[in-house]
Amino acid sequence: MKTDTLIIGGGLMGCSTALQLAKRGARCVILDKDSPGRHASGVNAGGLRRLNRHPAEIPLSVASAEMWHDIESLVDNDCDTRFPGQIRVAENREDMQKLQERAAMVRDLGYAHEEIIEREALYQLVPALTPDCEGALICRDDGYGRPFHALNAFRRKACSLGVECHSATRVDQIDRARKEWRVITPKGEYRAPVLVNCAGAWAGPIAATLGEPVPLKAGAPMLMISERLPRFIEPVIGAASRKLSFKQMQNGTLLIGGAHMAELDFKQQLTEMNWAKLAVSARTVLALFPQLKDARIVRTWAGIEAFMPDHLPVISRSSTSAHAYHAFGFSAHGFQMSPVVGKILSQLILDDQTNLPIEPFDIRRFQKDR
Amino acid sequence: MSTAGPKAHYSLVIIGAGPAGLAAAAAAAGHGLDIALLDEQRAPGGQIYRAIESIPAERARLLGSEYRRGEDLVGAIRNSDVEYFPDTQIWSLNREREIGLVHGRSAAMISADQVVLAGGAIERPVPYPGWTLPGVMNAGAGQILLKAQGIVPANGVVLAGSGALLLLLAWQYMRAGVQIKALLDCTPMHNHLRALPYLPRALLARHYLLKGLQYKLDLKRAGISTLQNVSDMQADGEQRVESVSYRHRGRQHTIKTDLLLTHFGVIPHIQLSQAAGCRHYWDKSQQCWRPQVDEWGNSSVNGILIAGDGVGIGGARTAEHAGRLTALEAVRALGRVSQHERDRLARNDRKWMREEQHIRPFLEAFFHLPGKLLAAPADDTVVCRCEEVTAGAIRKAISEGHDDSNQVKFLTRCGMGPCQGRQCAESVTHIVAGATGKSLPEVGLFRVRPPITPLTLEQLGSLFPDETE
Ligand SMILES: Cc1cc2nc3c(=O)[nH]c(=O)nc-3n(C[C@H](O)[C@H](O)[C@H](O)COP(=O)(O)OP(=O)(O)OC[C@H]3O[C@@H](n4cnc5c(N)ncnc54)[C@H](O)[C@@H]3O)c2cc1C
Repeated sequence: MKTDTLIIGGGLMGCSTALQLAKRGARCVILDKDSPGRHASGVNAGGLRRLNRHPAEIPLSVASAEMWHDIESLVDNDCDTRFPGQIRVAENREDMQKLQERAAMVRDLGYAHEEIIEREALYQLVPALTPDCEGALICRDDGYGRPFHALNAFRRKACSLGVECHSATRVDQIDRARKEWRVITPKGEYRAPVLVNCAGAWAGPIAATLGEPVPLKAGAPMLMISERLPRFIEPVIGAASRKLSFKQMQNGTLLIGGAHMAELDFKQQLTEMNWAKLAVSARTVLALFPQLKDARIVRTWAGIEAFMPDHLPVISRSSTSAHAYHAFGFSAHGFQMSPVVGKILSQLILDDQTNLPIEPFDIRRFQKDR
Repeated sequence: MSTAGPKAHYSLVIIGAGPAGLAAAAAAAGHGLDIALLDEQRAPGGQIYRAIESIPAERARLLGSEYRRGEDLVGAIRNSDVEYFPDTQIWSLNREREIGLVHGRSAAMISADQVVLAGGAIERPVPYPGWTLPGVMNAGAGQILLKAQGIVPANGVVLAGSGALLLLLAWQYMRAGVQIKALLDCTPMHNHLRALPYLPRALLARHYLLKGLQYKLDLKRAGISTLQNVSDMQADGEQRVESVSYRHRGRQHTIKTDLLLTHFGVIPHIQLSQAAGCRHYWDKSQQCWRPQVDEWGNSSVNGILIAGDGVGIGGARTAEHAGRLTALEAVRALGRVSQHERDRLARNDRKWMREEQHIRPFLEAFFHLPGKLLAAPADDTVVCRCEEVTAGAIRKAISEGHDDSNQVKFLTRCGMGPCQGRQCAESVTHIVAGATGKSLPEVGLFRVRPPITPLTLEQLGSLFPDETE
């Protein structure tokens, strides 16, 4: 079949891009080898965090936050978003020093969303926290959403504007002839003048096919969730010198992450929990919230995500082919960025420019090193 | 036996101390192996021989002569070098044969060279209107109360459903003097026809049939008649069940009762074999998922064997034989007997397994549940008890394009509660298949997200104390 734009990958990046293109009247087709949201986009921790972003990501993350705060007008659904703030706790003086330096750096870049709070303010916001913490870095209107719901809202809205979303359609081969991309899948051939690579952890081979290999590594961060507990905490909690992301979800369950990795059989798309690392994660939670010792963990899982060596995504025109674009490698923090990434790609495709600074995410950064 | 927990490693770990696990442990004992037998109950015996060591003689007599078999099975383990650990929940198992467990209150991760899964079956959850009301329970739960505590319903009981256990419980209750207000058999009449072709072969194993007929006869003599071909059964009540209504011979009936026990057959409990990554398939005849095993119980994962009702429903006697076969195979794999010796020791058990094949097709056809019961709960019927998800919510998710079990789970939270989908996995598969026209294997089962049983943060945090960030 033929369309204007072929998008490989029906995760958030693919769906968000399709939505923005469709809003401006372009036709597109999303191809996914599995089902929508089967991978990172459907199973992530849902954190909407500007706090502690790499400086290069701040402008995009800030723009994306604005879109999340008004997400209903984009996708007709609030994606179950809440904005009670995200907090990075300093457990000692050293931590506090580190956070103060960070806050100063962000201020110097001209942003005001990250602030230091002292002890008292911290315990007002998080009375359940273990005593003796020093203070924290806070981003007051950061928050979280429910990823699978968000993914579906994006996809449904895109489809209502004419986007077609084909599941169980793996792209096996790509070539270009007569100003058109031709993509071959087990379900048949697709053609379009424009091609977008939003293939998440599987984006590497596609980039390589286009002649621009990238050092992408697939990894599978683990999450665990507890039974429902009475509400005892509002903001999302991290720590200055520990691997932790911790929040009480809308329904009272605790979602605990910390970027610990599962064993991954990439070929089979199978993950196996690393209980030693989850034990560390449990100890981290108990160090900050000892009263949770009897909270019961009911589920653990891991999602397959694309990691780049510098932990920055690739959001870029192809350097080798006209009319090909990439957005992948979000290194476990792409959920928050997804609305703005769709916007940026649609601008690149339709206007050949964007108002956001994307040079740091150029795919050529890996070619220079070689 | 042991108050300390299990050691870090065993050559053989057997999970489940019902007939299959007990027989496996007994067969593997005496070969100089390091063996642990783990079970979540307080005492050995499994569901069928529950409380066998502690039951008063009078109550044991009520339960019938079959129950007594458990004494020898348990005795053999008590007098062996097998380390038996009761009160042990298994929350994880992987293909490296690492076993996550909680013994008493403490969590541990142990490993084994060979693992025999003998976790048995669970009662098939079938959602119907009112099944979540207090006062509505599985027949199995009724049996547990009877065996373990001698508790019987004081105000009488309505028994309903389909399957051998229903009849057995009715018989046991009758002997215990319980008032049986009604025995509603939801097995469709045409199953008699469906089963007929298998009858001649079944007669080769007629002890089963005779026992069933005997139970029926005894019940009849006691004035308890079975209503056949009952349909549209539902429980009604405000705070708890007050009455049961159903259709029989084209008419609607209602009985007052404060207790309804139902049973719709049993299915293998496959969460551990699933967690370990063993291959499973849909068995049309047994209407359930089963792990794939060879005649020795070897699963598709090296070193993990499965025996008893966890493989497919065969009953207690068959489970014993299957347990012994897996044990002999594990002992062979560990180099303690030759293949020749294994075959010699297994002769009697293999003969039993072959003969067992005579009766199963008949029973399976006879108790085949109608698709309507499995796949068509009304929209307002709750399917997932933990998260209170209705059949209607599941159908809505399907109509929005979520056409496999896992997508439905993601969207509706169905199966995300503490029971890990044990109560709703099958129903979801049926409903999705029914609504999409896909086959059950295409729709698939929930992916397992361990822990299989909940684990506290303190228990998890106590593991791997040397590991750091
Ligand atoms: C456990 C976990 C927790 C996370 N927590 C957060 C968080 O709290 N906050 C945050 O901002 N981010 C978080 N992230 C990161 C975020 O989920 C991802 O960055 C983001 O979802 C990436 O979206 P994507 O569309 O690029 O990738 P994906 O969702 O993986 O989508 C890529 C899709 O491409 C398809 N595909 C691949 N190859 C092909 C092919 N050849 N043909 C057809 N289809 C193909 C795949 O099937 C897949 O569906 C987390 C990630 C994980 C794994």
